Amino acid sequence: MNDQQTGSKGDHNEIGWYGLFSRGAKDWLRHNEKVREAVKHHLPEIISDMNMHGDSSQRTVRVPVRFLEHYRFALQKEKQGQGVGQGDTKPGNILRTGESSQGRGEKGKGEGTGFGEGSPEFLIELKVDDIIDWFWEELNLPNLKAKTGSVKDDEYTREGWNKQGVRARLDRRRTLKEAVKRRAVQTDGPAFINEDLRYRQLVKHQRPTTQAVVFAMLDVSSSMTEHDRKLAKSFFFWALQGLRRQYGQIETVFIAHTISAWEFSEEDFFQVRAQGGTIASVAFNKATEIIDERFTPDNYNIYLFYASDGENFPQDRYPAMECLEKLSSIANFIGYLETSPEGLSLMGPITGTNQIFRHLIEKGRAVGAFPLRVQDDVWQAIRGFFQRQASIEEDR
Amino acid sequence: MPDTLKSYSGKLEKLAADQGLDYFPVKFELVPSNFMMEVAVYGLPVRMPHWSFGVRYIHQLVQHRMGHSHLFEVVFPGNPGRAFMSDTNSLAENTLVTAHVLGHADFSKNNLLFHNSQEQVGFHFVEQAASHAHNISDALDIYGQARVETVLDAALALEQYIDIHMGLHRPLFPDYEKPREEQEPSPFFKRFDALADEKPQKARRRTGSKTPIPPHPETDLLWFIAHYGPELEGWERDIFLSVRQESFYFYPVFACQIMNEGWACLWHTTLLREADFLPNDLFLDAMKTHSDVVRPFAGDRQIALSLNPYHLGFAIWNNIIQEMGMNKAREIMRQDDDFGFIRNYLTEDLANELNLFQYKQIRKGECEVVEQNLDTLKEGILTDKFNFGAPSIHVKSILSDGTLSLYHDHKIDNRGLDLVRTEKVLSYIHSVWRRPVKLQTVNDRGHAITCSA
Repeated sequence: MNDQQTGSKGDHNEIGWYGLFSRGAKDWLRHNEKVREAVKHHLPEIISDMNMHGDSSQRTVRVPVRFLEHYRFALQKEKQGQGVGQGDTKPGNILRTGESSQGRGEKGKGEGTGFGEGSPEFLIELKVDDIIDWFWEELNLPNLKAKTGSVKDDEYTREGWNKQGVRARLDRRRTLKEAVKRRAVQTDGPAFINEDLRYRQLVKHQRPTTQAVVFAMLDVSSSMTEHDRKLAKSFFFWALQGLRRQYGQIETVFIAHTISAWEFSEEDFFQVRAQGGTIASVAFNKATEIIDERFTPDNYNIYLFYASDGENFPQDRYPAMECLEKLSSIANFIGYLETSPEGLSLMGPITGTNQIFRHLIEKGRAVGAFPLRVQDDVWQAIRGFFQRQASIEEDR
Repeated sequence: MPDTLKSYSGKLEKLAADQGLDYFPVKFELVPSNFMMEVAVYGLPVRMPHWSFGVRYIHQLVQHRMGHSHLFEVVFPGNPGRAFMSDTNSLAENTLVTAHVLGHADFSKNNLLFHNSQEQVGFHFVEQAASHAHNISDALDIYGQARVETVLDAALALEQYIDIHMGLHRPLFPDYEKPREEQEPSPFFKRFDALADEKPQKARRRTGSKTPIPPHPETDLLWFIAHYGPELEGWERDIFLSVRQESFYFYPVFACQIMNEGWACLWHTTLLREADFLPNDLFLDAMKTHSDVVRPFAGDRQIALSLNPYHLGFAIWNNIIQEMGMNKAREIMRQDDDFGFIRNYLTEDLANELNLFQYKQIRKGECEVVEQNLDTLKEGILTDKFNFGAPSIHVKSILSDGTLSLYHDHKIDNRGLDLVRTEKVLSYIHSVWRRPVKLQTVNDRGHAITCSA
């Protein structure tokens, strides 16, 4: 009858076998993994609801998700639930059930298995990079290789250790190790000698450039609605994220235009509102100017995206065309996003700007045109852009 | 275990023996509270991994952090029995818990349902469950997470579907029915036939023909799928049978919860009252814990919308002992489960004394107390206890194309199934049955409806 005493011998100084694993936490992680898988499969829907476009420097987003439910057979909810309770009350009394009555300081009923579970919400944090990766998988998009420019960058990288060097590059950990090694052999050697010192060594490497610049150009004339801007913004964001996968360094230029064009910072860019008509060529000229000033095509891979509702001044047709032709000869790709109201059919009359781009596509330039009416079109456009870019690259 | 507790528990065991408690030795272990939580969530010290346990674990963890739940003890019947106590318990709490555990041990050795279950699953089930877990982690290595999880999704979703009356070990259905003349009427039918005005039962089917599978509605879904799944692999069947075996182990715990907890509370009070070796303040602290546990209401509330089995069981046992004596109480303890216990021994007077009431929901967040009726009150307490609290579903037949045809007996449950969940569970089953699966139930208007996967 005193079996428990033999069973508990040495309990004080011995770590129980139960300390060695944490199944609960492991299964919880597995659950979260499954949630991530589920999120992954519904990515486009989830992302379009997420307000993550504002600040792309934030590298994580929080998505509210439900606990996964392990389903079991259950009866329909009764229209009038019934139950048995305890307390001083009379028939006809109304009781509020707002608070759970099950939260009592219940004594452990660990013998049961606790069938049944709820499914409240919790937040999971997703890395933007992960989302992009899943997204690429999901949309089945090609992984593009960075195009290397002709100029090489010089870059210093750490490589190995040296016994001589400047004080600033002394590797203390390494030095200490050397000293320890030496003293393992010398029974009473001094703590440190000069021989122990190790300095980090830098080596100059030449690396092909993998820089890119992305131009986001937006028509902000009065005909562009809030809806149009949102779609454009969404496309710019995802295209940029996608290009980030290819290029180590990406610079961005934001240009807004009506009948004249201005460069903006990213924050201001999407707030810009202006009155007036549309002359597309001013934006293209502005881009050309900026390229000439800051981004030599030899050093940079250049991507331009232009979003507009396509209602360009008819007189601007030829200037715009000429300008675009020039740009398309130096840019890796030019994408045109034509926004239009949700209900509008794609079969409507072709807008002036669209005609220009179609003309360039026919000429075999690295150019694409994508319609944007609803959020789903953004994914189509992203897919269209990256696939087209991949096929162009293959042709080269 | 600290020395003081060790000496108390030795003395408590002696007291228990004097009081006529009869139990297998119990191994006590003091464990960290997070391990307690895991044991409570998994239902066994070592059990197969599954993501659904992770969800329950987080719920439990949140409850624990918010101070809503304190697990004092978890017991596992067996020979020896095993009891885990939290190392955050005070000495007074653990003294109380030790006495409580002895009550459980007495119950699980002597109660018929427990006894039968232990005979079938063996007296070292904790170790056996650990070996199930081990086999499953081997399977994970060999077949990969996705495949093993698919099988566990299905098996654990059906874990309530066993047939306790057919037992754990049962033969497969015979290929051919025995000719009538060879068939001895079963003892049940012999007695039935002997009743006045009953004609002998006639053979319902032609004899000597091929047995349909299943020959009768089969409620042990785990067993049926394990043995008749057309393309089930050996290791998949093992997982189904492991889950099934664990359910046989859990069933008495589930079906005797009110009795068992009440019995343990009865004995922790009795033993502590007799324990003159305990210092006064320790006794008082232990009794304070007792009244925290064995009380009907949460916090400062005066009304509870669900019953505390500890309190209810304790009250009924006290009433039985008062009215009928300890010998009768022990007899009831041996023979009954919660169904018999509540139906036979929850008296009108006791129900009134305990202020039990029935209510129905009138709108979201509001309930109305309804007129009292002892019989409906009892059924109200028991309603979630039948078949592990799961809807009544059985296998009807296997169709010629291999379709598994299930039937939900909505007349027993008084309403149809939740169709969304049903379809999900059917798809779990489908992925192991590997042929179509369908289930007949009724929709919210009572029309017959068939779900399939």
